[in-house]
Amino acid sequence: MTGKGSPKAGARGSASRPKSSSSAGSAKSNKSAKGKPKPSAGKKEEAAPPASECAPPEDIFPLVLTSKTQELFQCRADEDLTQENPYKLLRKEDILLDVKTRGVVSDFQPFKQLVLDYPEEEILLVYDRDFKYGNNFYLVGSEEKKEQFLHPPEASTQEEEEEAQEAPYKPPESKLWISLGSEVEIEDESIKDHRQKICFKISRIRREFGAPVKFSDHSAVKEKENYVECPSYQDKTFNIKQMEKNAGIQAIPMLVEASTQTKWKYPKNACTQYSAQEFSDEEKQKLFTSKSLKDFINSVSIRFEIALQQNEIMNAFIDDWKVLGEEESSFGGKTDTHLKEYQSFTDLHFSKNKAVSFVNWHPSIPGIIAVAVREKYSFEERINFSAKLLLTHALILIWSFSDPIHPQLLLECPDDVYCFEFCPSDPSIIVGGCMNGQIALWDISAHMERLQSTRTGGGKHAPAKATSLPGFEDPHANDTPVMRYCAVSSIESGHKAPVTDVQWLPDYYEVSRLGTPVENSSGMCLQIMTCSPDCTVFIWDVRAPKAPLSQMTDRKKAEEKRLDILHEIPDTFKHLDLTWKPLIKVALPKLDGGGEYSSMKFSLVDSHRDTWIHGNVDKFHPKTEKLESGIDYATLRVPSAKNLKGQSDVSTKFSLGTEDGELVYADWKMEKDNDTGKLSSSKPSNCFVIHDGLLNTVQRSPFFKDIVLTVGGWTFAIWKEDIMSGPLLQSCCSQKRCTVGHWSISRPGVFFIGKEDGSIDIWDLLEKTHEPSQTQNICTAPITCIKPWIMSSRQHLLAVSDEQGTVYILEIPWTIRHPSNNEKTSVSNYFEREVKHLQYFEARKLFREREKSEMEADEQKRKAEAVPPEKTAEQLEMERKTEYEEYLEVEKKILIQVGILQEAEEPLPTV
Amino acid sequence: MFLEETLKRIQSHKGVLGTIVVNAEGIPIRTTLDNSTTVQYAGLLHQLTIKARSTVRDIDPQNDLTFLRIRSKKHEIMVAPDKEYLLIVIQNPSE
Repeated sequence: MTGKGSPKAGARGSASRPKSSSSAGSAKSNKSAKGKPKPSAGKKEEAAPPASECAPPEDIFPLVLTSKTQELFQCRADEDLTQENPYKLLRKEDILLDVKTRGVVSDFQPFKQLVLDYPEEEILLVYDRDFKYGNNFYLVGSEEKKEQFLHPPEASTQEEEEEAQEAPYKPPESKLWISLGSEVEIEDESIKDHRQKICFKISRIRREFGAPVKFSDHSAVKEKENYVECPSYQDKTFNIKQMEKNAGIQAIPMLVEASTQTKWKYPKNACTQYSAQEFSDEEKQKLFTSKSLKDFINSVSIRFEIALQQNEIMNAFIDDWKVLGEEESSFGGKTDTHLKEYQSFTDLHFSKNKAVSFVNWHPSIPGIIAVAVREKYSFEERINFSAKLLLTHALILIWSFSDPIHPQLLLECPDDVYCFEFCPSDPSIIVGGCMNGQIALWDISAHMERLQSTRTGGGKHAPAKATSLPGFEDPHANDTPVMRYCAVSSIESGHKAPVTDVQWLPDYYEVSRLGTPVENSSGMCLQIMTCSPDCTVFIWDVRAPKAPLSQMTDRKKAEEKRLDILHEIPDTFKHLDLTWKPLIKVALPKLDGGGEYSSMKFSLVDSHRDTWIHGNVDKFHPKTEKLESGIDYATLRVPSAKNLKGQSDVSTKFSLGTEDGELVYADWKMEKDNDTGKLSSSKPSNCFVIHDGLLNTVQRSPFFKDIVLTVGGWTFAIWKEDIMSGPLLQSCCSQKRCTVGHWSISRPGVFFIGKEDGSIDIWDLLEKTHEPSQTQNICTAPITCIKPWIMSSRQHLLAVSDEQGTVYILEIPWTIRHPSNNEKTSVSNYFEREVKHLQYFEARKLFREREKSEMEADEQKRKAEAVPPEKTAEQLEMERKTEYEEYLEVEKKILIQVGILQEAEEPLPTV
Repeated sequence: MFLEETLKRIQSHKGVLGTIVVNAEGIPIRTTLDNSTTVQYAGLLHQLTIKARSTVRDIDPQNDLTFLRIRSKKHEIMVAPDKEYLLIVIQNPSE
């Protein structure tokens, strides 16, 4: 067994592992381990060093031998079988015997079959020291292997010995050259002779050497022998048909320029003049008397008569349907009958807790409204708060529709303004009557542009930002500008009580200093009429009066006072400031008895105002042309009365409403009193006491010049100025006080009454006269002013102000603003009827009086007949006394019955 | 004269504004209006009458224009043509 083992181990050792310095045994074992034949002629194959555990080849069977087995077979590891000698040959019989004796325990048990099949007697056992095949021993199962193990080791060791020595030097053997094609290139490059070189020999006769030479011209072209030409020719054989052609195409629009010239025909102005052919008078006469004309007229006149009569009878072309329809449409068509609120203006700073005293629309710029506010204190309160009032300025606010929160302009007043008016001919002049009796003038022409621009929606912030630098902005740039009045009347010669009404006199006449109406050459409104409850009516002139000496002192005083005037105030009325005196003072003595009328409101017969409150802005166009050059009021002078023409067709009368509820017709024309030579006004012609309170409105109808509306107390009345017997219409007492009234400017028979409870009554005279046709509540505070205005044909606005500082702008609906057909004639017919009614009433009154006086006369006559006997004085006295006592008794009884007098108790009887 | 009376009678009708007698060429002979208005009316209405007459005759040559009435918003103009003369009356109908 050891014998088998060792040669195998030696064979192993000769396995090619030249590197291995380990024992030959292992090397050999490696070589024979390659079971598959790997022929390597002379070459030493390096077997890939197998891992310590590789798959054993077919004939190799690894097995484990326990130490007992090792002892039995004398193949103890490292003792019998070593690395140098790992082979041992084991006898087959021994293995089989071992298997039999030991049975399962025997190590050779798994290989029992192998051993049985083994042809030979001895099996080779190899000691696998390195555990190459997983176990420490392995059996070689085939004969060839066995032999391999045992024998070749000798040869291989020999070989290895040789190889282990120096490898002998072998010179390189020359191999066949393989052409890669480079010789072709080389051949190309090399120059070779294709043919034999040609040799020429040239000789010349000796004597011709050095002979003189003759040169001559010779044309090359002429003789064709001197040159050879190779012209190009078209070779017909060489004809290639071009089958393909590359072409590029670009498409561009056709650009065509063309021009024409036309004959220029321009319009020329040409005119002809002709005069109609006319007959001379004689010819006319001749013709007139001719017979033919006579016949013609006679024959034709019948037709005419018929035609004319037809027209008189009825209008054949009336569209009955249309006429019918127009009246009906206003009834049921538009359902909107209420005044709609359009906008309202109130300012928290300036108009809070203040009452609006007057409202006025700007005559030329649409959408601008001026509002005067005043404090609501009573007289006592004013005295108590006088310190506070001195600090706060009275203001007129000018609002624009484009900005309902901030007023556009503030006008400072010397005191609360009760009424103010825009000058009709120059809308940037405003005159206002103040509470202290002064009247003030403002000139807002500097701000007109601003107002106009805000109206068009410019917005006042935009221009401010555009012109200001970021760091240098004026913090007050966006504040509402405040404008001070530029002139006030002198305190001594003005009114002594608040000025309650102020109006501009129309521009077609003016009042001279003598108190007569004269022609107004300037065509501008320059005079103002004011009234006040101090029983005076003044007429003022805006122009500087001629300066008599006495006025120089006044002027000096005024100049002193004006040192602290700011530069912003325009100088328009500098000549008037503080020295302004009224031109004419009209006194109003009472008709019956002493005293004077304390005027509240007045209405001139000839007044410019009523013609332009229609809101027609067009009427200002002719005036603006004059104004563009600028009026310098300071240079205008009141003209001398002598130079002016008197205007006789102007009525100087006016109606006046007083504090006591009277309506007075007065005349402001001054007459020269023959006795004293002084000018004095005539006494008022008529006076009517109708109203229960002070008259707050006296207004002429814009449609009828002689119809006046007066509102006062709890009633209102409509008057016709010629009728002296009484009002045409007097309303019944309403439940609330009527505070203000105004005619409608689009309908002749409609007017608005404002009430104490903040509601507006709309009266339509053609609908009903016993009550308003409509009532609408606007606010909770009493209404102080109503002003209608026409913005456009579709928009009529009504400005209503109340005592809480708010101005409401209401839109008048179609039913109220649109006049029905022939409304004016209907209304005038109504007034005529009323006049007739009054006249009838008067006539009846007279009649009744006469009747009554007649009856009385009759009675007296009868009484006189049965005259009782004369009584003596004593008897008469007695009779009278008894009568008187009877009367006292009766009186006492009545008083007791009523309860005023208490029955005197009978005194208790004294005991 | 009878002629005058007739014309006066026509003139005195209710609403008549004026009467004009015009000859065949359109030259006024007699008028109650002012000169310029007369000349204008005469010239214009003369041409219109000729046109109207030719229209009527074109439609029916046996026919002839007897009376022409022009109704406008403000008044009515009546024209009676003849071979040699033309009588024009202007009236304001109804009111």
